[in-house]
Amino acid sequence: MTFPSPAPSPAGTDATADTAGSAEPAQPASAFVGRSPGQLMWRRFRRDRTGVASAVIVLFFILVAVAAPLISLLYGKDPYTTYGLDDPGLLNEYGYPLLPNGGISSEFWFGIEPSLGRDVFTQLVYGIRTSLLIALAATLTTTILGVVVGIVAGYTGGRTDNLIGRVIDIMLSFPSTLFIIAFMPVVWNLLVSPGEEMSALMSATTLIIMLTVFGWASLARLLRGYVLSLREREFVEAARVTGASPTRIIFKELLPNLWTPILVQATLALPLYVTSEAALSFLGVGMMEPTPDWGRMFLRGTEVYQDDITYLMFPGVALLIFVIAFNLLGDSVRDAFDPKIKH
Amino acid sequence: MLRFLTRRTVAAAVTLVIIAAVTFFLFFAMPSDPARLACGKVCPPETLAQARHNLGLDQPIFVQFLEWLAGVFVGRDYEGLGHCSAPCLGYSFVNRAPVFNTIIDRLPVTISLTIGSSVIYLIFGVGTGVIAALNQGKALDKIASVASLIGSSMQIYFVGTLAMYFLVFQWQLIERPRYVPFTENPLEWAYGLLLPWLVLAMISTANYTRMTRSTMVEQLSEDYVRTARAKGMSGRTVITRFALRGTLSPIATIFGVDLAVLIGGAIITETTFSLQGVGRLSIQSVVNSDLPMLMATVLLAAAAIVVFNIIVDALYAVIDPRVRLS
Repeated sequence: MTFPSPAPSPAGTDATADTAGSAEPAQPASAFVGRSPGQLMWRRFRRDRTGVASAVIVLFFILVAVAAPLISLLYGKDPYTTYGLDDPGLLNEYGYPLLPNGGISSEFWFGIEPSLGRDVFTQLVYGIRTSLLIALAATLTTTILGVVVGIVAGYTGGRTDNLIGRVIDIMLSFPSTLFIIAFMPVVWNLLVSPGEEMSALMSATTLIIMLTVFGWASLARLLRGYVLSLREREFVEAARVTGASPTRIIFKELLPNLWTPILVQATLALPLYVTSEAALSFLGVGMMEPTPDWGRMFLRGTEVYQDDITYLMFPGVALLIFVIAFNLLGDSVRDAFDPKIKH
Repeated sequence: MLRFLTRRTVAAAVTLVIIAAVTFFLFFAMPSDPARLACGKVCPPETLAQARHNLGLDQPIFVQFLEWLAGVFVGRDYEGLGHCSAPCLGYSFVNRAPVFNTIIDRLPVTISLTIGSSVIYLIFGVGTGVIAALNQGKALDKIASVASLIGSSMQIYFVGTLAMYFLVFQWQLIERPRYVPFTENPLEWAYGLLLPWLVLAMISTANYTRMTRSTMVEQLSEDYVRTARAKGMSGRTVITRFALRGTLSPIATIFGVDLAVLIGGAIITETTFSLQGVGRLSIQSVVNSDLPMLMATVLLAAAAIVVFNIIVDALYAVIDPRVRLS
């Protein structure tokens, strides 16, 4: 639309809805095929080129994470061995790679880590695993908790709703980053008995717990709002009049109408948790050595960046690509579910 | 308006007390003993007991919390440490000074960071958003949307460090970020913080561009904008007087949220640029197990969130007269 124009064509909502909807009637009218919302969504999504491209990139990251041991086997190195320390020809007396660009060579594709001399490529590959596993688990737990609390609050109403609303308000007022940093030592203290080594599983679990504790409230509040308005709709009333049990109403009437906001929120949450996990590890309260982790690579990278900027570049660029791809994918999923939403 | 503000202020105060209580009680699970810190490395048991008594740590947790809470309003005396006047948030053993003083010392750094960067991203974000909306679908719009996508996907600790590496160390275009009080030398103040401001602004601008663009597009198709145009108003007047005004309330919302997480966000920014603000203070107090300090920073951060939420809600009514406060 050009501006200023004497008679503006209705831009925005209607225009986008029209273009998105016009593709459907263009199909041959003779064959009326009943399509489920899922199928419609899939059809719309397939036509979105950016969406498909970003989905491919996201899938690539997931594949790398899953196949990390295989990649490491084929590549012939692992993220734990301190190659630089074992082989005196790799690092100089200050612990920096002898070769230029962080020690990139045919043997070490992405160079070697300063001072410890571990392989950067396998660290990065295994690091995706750590990040994605934690982010996926946190997304799953926050979503489940958010959905349950949101539906309970919205459906029961009254005093329960009031109480839950207050709890949500307080949870959202907590300075979550600061709180997680402050209480990580407390949780470690509770989970691990003194003198015992902190296992990777333990620190991952702590992170997931912390992210969940501070993550569920916003989704719960959103879904509560949806349920409140859905509850008054005719189809729910009809179900209630015909004697449907609350279980049936929740699972068969309400939940199918909530899938779109739930999925959209989940696609927003996942990259957020990947970056949160990286930030926490960067601040020193995330994953512990020697588990390969992007956040810790950032931490080390910012310590040595004046002498070896290459080490910081790999996790930096990888995370940037991942977040961009995931944000684009999220946009496309939203468009596919609800073509009326615009950005 | 007054009723709204009173009601919300009371609710905010209750929230803050709850957060203070939760924080306080959780801290007792911390693997650290403030008395031992106060007493020093070599600490005979009698001295330790004395330190505990002086700090009031030999009392039940509940009494300790009430004493702490009372201290915030009327101040309190620590035996052997001296008086801690009115907003007494506790006594830091690491700094050997009341917590409040240290926070007041560090707060200007964090606030300066926020003010400078928010001025830049508000101007650029809203500006590019309006331009993108007016050039909908054209090259400019597409460039803006790609730029904001990349910008919003960036992390401070990566981009900030890169900026430090190239601009400060490699090309020596600007000096290492540092804090000079505004009252001392406003020019030095702005110059010292310019790099963090630009990096922060680069990341935040994206949100404002997106939000402004989408709301502006919506506004331009509203009836009242069409009416104004039909009445023969110039394009500029229509945009600034009508369309832009309509985009203000969503912008105020995200701006409020951004300001609210001021201290939480400052942790990473200040760590990246080695600035000594409240964010860095909070991390240092975690490392030093300085519980009173940590507790105060948590409370301050929570207070920022609660206060800005109220301000944003009140602003809605100011910006958009249709909004009724309840």
